[in-house]
Amino acid sequence: MVDFWQIIQNAAIEIVSPTTAAYALAALGLAIHFGYTGLLNFGQAGFMAIGAYGYAISTLTLGFPVWASVLVGLGGSVVFALLLGIPTLRLRADYLAIVTIAASEILRLVFTTNSLDAVTGSADGLSGYKNGFADLNPIPTGTYGFGPFTMNEYDLWLRIVGWGLVIILGLLAWQLMRSPWGRVIKGIREDEDAVRALGKNVYFYKMQSLILGGLFGTLGGMIFVLPRAVVPANYATTLTFFIYTILLLGGAATILGPIVGSIVFWVLLSAVSGFVARAQAVGWFPGMSSVQAGQTRFIIVGVVLMLLVIFRPQGIFGNKKELSFVK
Amino acid sequence: MSSSGGPSTRPVKTVDLHIGDSVPGVKKTNPIIVADKVKRAFGGLTAVDVDHLEIPRNAITALIGPNGAGKTTFFNLLTGFDKPDTGKWTFSGKSLAGIPSFKVARLGQVRTFQLTKALNLLTVLDNMKLGAKGQKGENMFYALLPWLWRKQEEENDAKAMELLARFKLDTKAGDFAASLSGGQRKLLEMARALMSDPTLVMLDEPMAGVNPALTQSLLDHILDLKKQGMTVLFVEHDMQMVSHIADWVVVMAEGKIVAEGPPDEVMRNPAVIDAYLGSHHDSDLGEDPNEEQAEHAMKELLHDDDKS
Amino acid sequence: MEVTGLVSTRVQRLLVIVFVGLLASLAFVGGATAAHADEVGTEYDFSLQGFVRNDGEPIQDVLISVSGNGYTAEVVTDADGKWLIGVPDKGTYSITLDESTLPTGIIVTDAANPDVSNTVELTIDATNSKTYNFFLGAGVRETTSFLDQLIQRAVTGLGFGLMLALAAIGLSLIFGTTGLSNFAHAEMVTFGALAALTLAVDLALPLGIALVGALVLSGAFGWGLDAALWKPLRRKGVGLIPMMIVSIGLSLALRYLYQYFYGGSTRQLPGADGLDLKFGPISLSPLDMLSMAISIVVLLGVAFFLLRTRIGKATRAVSDNPSLASASGIDVDRVIRIVWVIGGALAGLSGILYAFYRPGVSWDMGFQILLLIFAAVTLGGLGTAFGALVGSLIVGLFIEVSTLWIPSDMKYVGALVILILVLLVRPQGILGRKERIG
Repeated sequence: MVDFWQIIQNAAIEIVSPTTAAYALAALGLAIHFGYTGLLNFGQAGFMAIGAYGYAISTLTLGFPVWASVLVGLGGSVVFALLLGIPTLRLRADYLAIVTIAASEILRLVFTTNSLDAVTGSADGLSGYKNGFADLNPIPTGTYGFGPFTMNEYDLWLRIVGWGLVIILGLLAWQLMRSPWGRVIKGIREDEDAVRALGKNVYFYKMQSLILGGLFGTLGGMIFVLPRAVVPANYATTLTFFIYTILLLGGAATILGPIVGSIVFWVLLSAVSGFVARAQAVGWFPGMSSVQAGQTRFIIVGVVLMLLVIFRPQGIFGNKKELSFVK
Repeated sequence: MSSSGGPSTRPVKTVDLHIGDSVPGVKKTNPIIVADKVKRAFGGLTAVDVDHLEIPRNAITALIGPNGAGKTTFFNLLTGFDKPDTGKWTFSGKSLAGIPSFKVARLGQVRTFQLTKALNLLTVLDNMKLGAKGQKGENMFYALLPWLWRKQEEENDAKAMELLARFKLDTKAGDFAASLSGGQRKLLEMARALMSDPTLVMLDEPMAGVNPALTQSLLDHILDLKKQGMTVLFVEHDMQMVSHIADWVVVMAEGKIVAEGPPDEVMRNPAVIDAYLGSHHDSDLGEDPNEEQAEHAMKELLHDDDKS
Repeated sequence: MEVTGLVSTRVQRLLVIVFVGLLASLAFVGGATAAHADEVGTEYDFSLQGFVRNDGEPIQDVLISVSGNGYTAEVVTDADGKWLIGVPDKGTYSITLDESTLPTGIIVTDAANPDVSNTVELTIDATNSKTYNFFLGAGVRETTSFLDQLIQRAVTGLGFGLMLALAAIGLSLIFGTTGLSNFAHAEMVTFGALAALTLAVDLALPLGIALVGALVLSGAFGWGLDAALWKPLRRKGVGLIPMMIVSIGLSLALRYLYQYFYGGSTRQLPGADGLDLKFGPISLSPLDMLSMAISIVVLLGVAFFLLRTRIGKATRAVSDNPSLASASGIDVDRVIRIVWVIGGALAGLSGILYAFYRPGVSWDMGFQILLLIFAAVTLGGLGTAFGALVGSLIVGLFIEVSTLWIPSDMKYVGALVILILVLLVRPQGILGRKERIG
């Protein structure tokens, strides 16, 4: 018999999991890029990788304290955004898409290559950088929470930091988008020539948006690796596509959308793959192997992404009229 | 269009704008724009080749010419939206060559577009407020500190509502610009340009795609701009309309200035008649850089009809 | 413009310098630190391993590389002369010892077997692991001259480029006529290879019939995608960016659907083995030559189609200006349908050739080269079919030739960096028309 209670419990864990928070941050950054400014950033995985590797390498190779490692990651992210933005933000939108997707793949390949094994750990990646973060933990050792949300002090600390960041950065983005700055940004999404004709330095604003959203992604990348190891294969283009799915699920030009989108995405993904795996195990799906059961989740993500764009492009929270793209 | 196109009262024309005979390139008593040897070619085709042109201050100047004469390209060059191959031009004595478009706008020379650029998913009020100059809250860091710009924002609110009322759009302030009709968008674009208190307003085909019922009020608004001390330069096809409101007419054909002068004088000019007739003969040349724009304009027109 | 133009050009130059510098420093760091990895791919279930010793004396820092079934990896020996490389699947792999990393005066040699080479083939079948120890001895290393290596790489790169071009031209035609940046083009490439595999291996049809059948199926697949998905979306008036995201979803769904039905392993098409023939410095298998010949013939055919046939000219007209083409009586929908069929068939052919080139058929093989296809199309100029050809050849050549200087697991990096650099100086691409792109 399929243990639905277990499936529900497993799915519930995802509501507050640090991974969900990490994806929410990255999706929030992408909302700034794509939803508000209209920038086609297909390299959010690259920004996340910079956060992960910037933090881990600073800690492991250079022996930096936590705050300095975070700064290295953020600095790297700004440099990356400048490298991508300076040549492409003057050009048509699809050039940014091509350059960002290429640049994030370059990063992944550089992090994977054997030649840099001593620094990056090549395909095996990096681990053992969590002590600094754990040492900052003010929560005494023990077991916290209830039911499926039972966790130790490190996990609790990680969730507090991760979701704290989501809340703080969410509020920051919300304030920005309701300010005159946000008005310019949204104007650029609609028609950058019109905004230019009104005396705004469009290039400069686009660059600010690219950097800001990238920093969100980078912080997401750091939260992402605190419960696991840094593995280069995680930063493939598929990661960016997942974040687009989350963004469109919640609503591209909203603040709450990417956050709730991330929760919905992970809860559904956990529930569906949990169900399929268990149902397969008890023989509900004749002809499906356990490996195949594991792969259905990706097929479902792909189909959901297509259906969302076609039938509900404004997402869960988007204003019905304010489609993120009507062009 | 010609029957309903005229303004309600016969407008007061500004005269004595030029020094000497009204030939192409004639000196003006008080020019706001002086352009010299401005050239722009697309591939092998010369779109604009203006030897010398002065635009008179505190007057309404119409830039006319057949399709593909290079009017919009010239507009784009003057406003920094396109780069000329050679040439220089000044605005109120300040050289504008090499100045990016957003700085041109900040100097007080604002423009509208042939294909209306209403920012669809912003409200009408937000569209307006985007036009205001020198906003503190448009700095990313100040944006986080609303008390620094709240007062300015309220002032811009008031100014925007006042302008919207003048253009009879105040009831639409909270709606998305996407919900406006084609003519209303033209009005919004013009009102938005006025938010920055410009000295020179450049209108690219303000009547294109506008419901004839609205043409009247548009023309009145243009005349109003002059009354408030602004200079207007606009591109138009319809000669009838031009002769009603323009103080000065510049005629372009095949990228060159072929005639300029007061409207009635220009209408009688054989070079102008030639240019217009000639354009009919050559209309199937097909190498027209404005062709695509014309096509878009046509589509917008059709689209507009669908709605109304 | 004078002022800003100057500044931006300067900034761009600076960027180029920074970028190249960054890469150079990475390469430097790489050279200094490669000495520590004696095991790679330990996450996989299967492995190849061995010792490198000369007269019982272990030799450290010898570079061993493994390739096969679409997988490549490198490792250097540790202080005990030991190395281990994990591989994802069972199958045959070729293991190469880089003789230039041996101490001078020592080469791979075996008195009992004078033909022993520094490359051997190992097959993992029954066991999870295979061991091979290279026999070493004193001797003079036969080196291939730099020029010979360059020629060999260039020829290989040309073949790869031609194969890429088949996929790139289809992508470019689709982009030109519909404006769609089709991320699912990778899955159309994979489709061709999978169809060939199904027909030739699972249904055991003769190879020739199977390949033709696979091409027909690929064309039909292109037609089906257009009819079932893209045409309705165009009718619905869905914008280009949403369409692109739909193609991303489609790519994801199709790819894992392939994995679902075909599994994660790499399987071979029949006829993939063949001895290399030597032409001076160039060694090619008959299959490589056949593949290049087929590519060239098909590309010439596409060129003839575009330049000489009525429907080809109509295709170019639609690419230039769809509304004008439509106004002048061209059936735009029909043109787009034909473009999808051609695009599908070309992508399928490219997938089949790629399956022989890698070698092997796997569920994500198209996705592995998707970015290269995009790079080729962008490099040549978005939407121009001949630009896609030029771009593909450049990407193919660059990838192979660059391995003379950079580690082979970084060879795609070079191609992508070139893409970015070209966009900096010539945003419209090599053959793209200079128009307002900013």
